[in-house]
Amino acid sequence: MIRRATSSFTALAALAATLVAGCAAVPSQVDPLEPMNRAMYEVHEVLDTNLVRPIAQGYVDIVPRPIRTSVSNVFNNIDDLFSAVNGLLQGKLDKFGNDMGRVILNTGWGVGGLFDPASEMGIERGNEDFGQTFAVWGIGPGPYLFVPLFGPTTVRDGTGVLVRIAVGPVGWIPDVPLRNSLYGVGAVDLRAQALAASEIVDTAALDRYLFMRNAYLQRRRYLIYDGAPPREKEEDE
Amino acid sequence: MAALERSAWRLAAVVLLAAAASLPVARPAHAEEAPDAMVRRVAQDVLATIKADPLIQAGNEARIREVIETKLLPNFDFARMTALAMGRNWRNATPEQQKRLTDEFRGLLVRTYSGALNQYRNETIEYKPLRMNPGDTDVLVRTLVQRSAGAPVQIDYGMEKKADAWRCYDVVVAGVSLVTNYRDEFNEQIRNGGIDGLIRTLADRNRGVAAK
Repeated sequence: MIRRATSSFTALAALAATLVAGCAAVPSQVDPLEPMNRAMYEVHEVLDTNLVRPIAQGYVDIVPRPIRTSVSNVFNNIDDLFSAVNGLLQGKLDKFGNDMGRVILNTGWGVGGLFDPASEMGIERGNEDFGQTFAVWGIGPGPYLFVPLFGPTTVRDGTGVLVRIAVGPVGWIPDVPLRNSLYGVGAVDLRAQALAASEIVDTAALDRYLFMRNAYLQRRRYLIYDGAPPREKEEDE
Repeated sequence: MAALERSAWRLAAVVLLAAAASLPVARPAHAEEAPDAMVRRVAQDVLATIKADPLIQAGNEARIREVIETKLLPNFDFARMTALAMGRNWRNATPEQQKRLTDEFRGLLVRTYSGALNQYRNETIEYKPLRMNPGDTDVLVRTLVQRSAGAPVQIDYGMEKKADAWRCYDVVVAGVSLVTNYRDEFNEQIRNGGIDGLIRTLADRNRGVAAK
């Protein structure tokens, strides 16, 4: 869920995953670490229910929508720049051009990314990231991971997020309190955007852990194939 | 003169068709309606009803469910949806179990949909060009939902041609197929408590018992 807030959690979990992967019991191919992940999920639920979700809800209740939209826009603009870079790394020049166009438009006309005129002009976001680039380069997802406060990921995608955080640009800011505040605002912004979705998951899921895992893995597959994943064979026929 | 007469007939036919298309969904008709046209008609109908209904705007959930029951659900093939979500377990279920599973799964989807519609109201839907060959009986109708706030969401509908009309058997939200998503969950429930265990869990959820 909360992509920007992470850091050491993912690193630790990714490390643990690689170490444990060899000797763990295998409940499922995509999720060999399910017992550990479920424990992490329980921790996450406690933190999310009692801390993160109320903060995100408070943010939505108190901060007017135009300001929240601009906060999202600024972070999205930075993400678009990284999306452009990853489009290039995957050899998708059209995506690179598309996202660079978005960044230039939104940084210029959109006053440093506060506004999103590119979307209003119908230029859709590219949504590329390092995890997808690794996938296009032929690297498999590795074990599925659930990281408290961060949410669902895989060893590959989590590594991609770490690369992203290491490259910046929030990490470049030397002033530690300011840098941490920006990470915090980014995290709250993301969690606030997911409030409606988590209510739907609460209604729809028989087992929220499984529901989120499947949704995450399907979503990533869809993004890796740029919205047109090949059909999986159906089990009932 | 003959040409004029022909065009007059054609105009009459178009008007009649348009009138038929605006009739309530429950009518059988529409055998010739293309799947994307059908999705568009139903979606516009549901959204227009929601926007115009003061009870719904006030957050009346019973009324939202009524709209979903009467306008949306007749266009779904719940038996097929449930069979797909069950995978190979479907054939191990007795006809009676299959019926109960379908009813409970339907109930769960109604609850989910009412919750979603309660949150997303001021949205507009863009329809992407349909990729379909003549004679196809299984297509994906792709739409992009533009929200008043937040990123647009791609929602696709898996549609299958039945004897009387097209029916929806899967909804794919931002690349996440509802049917695929339930498959692991159903499997897990069946592994733990058999098919009756799954029926019980679905019934519990529909009575408002929270998921673990």
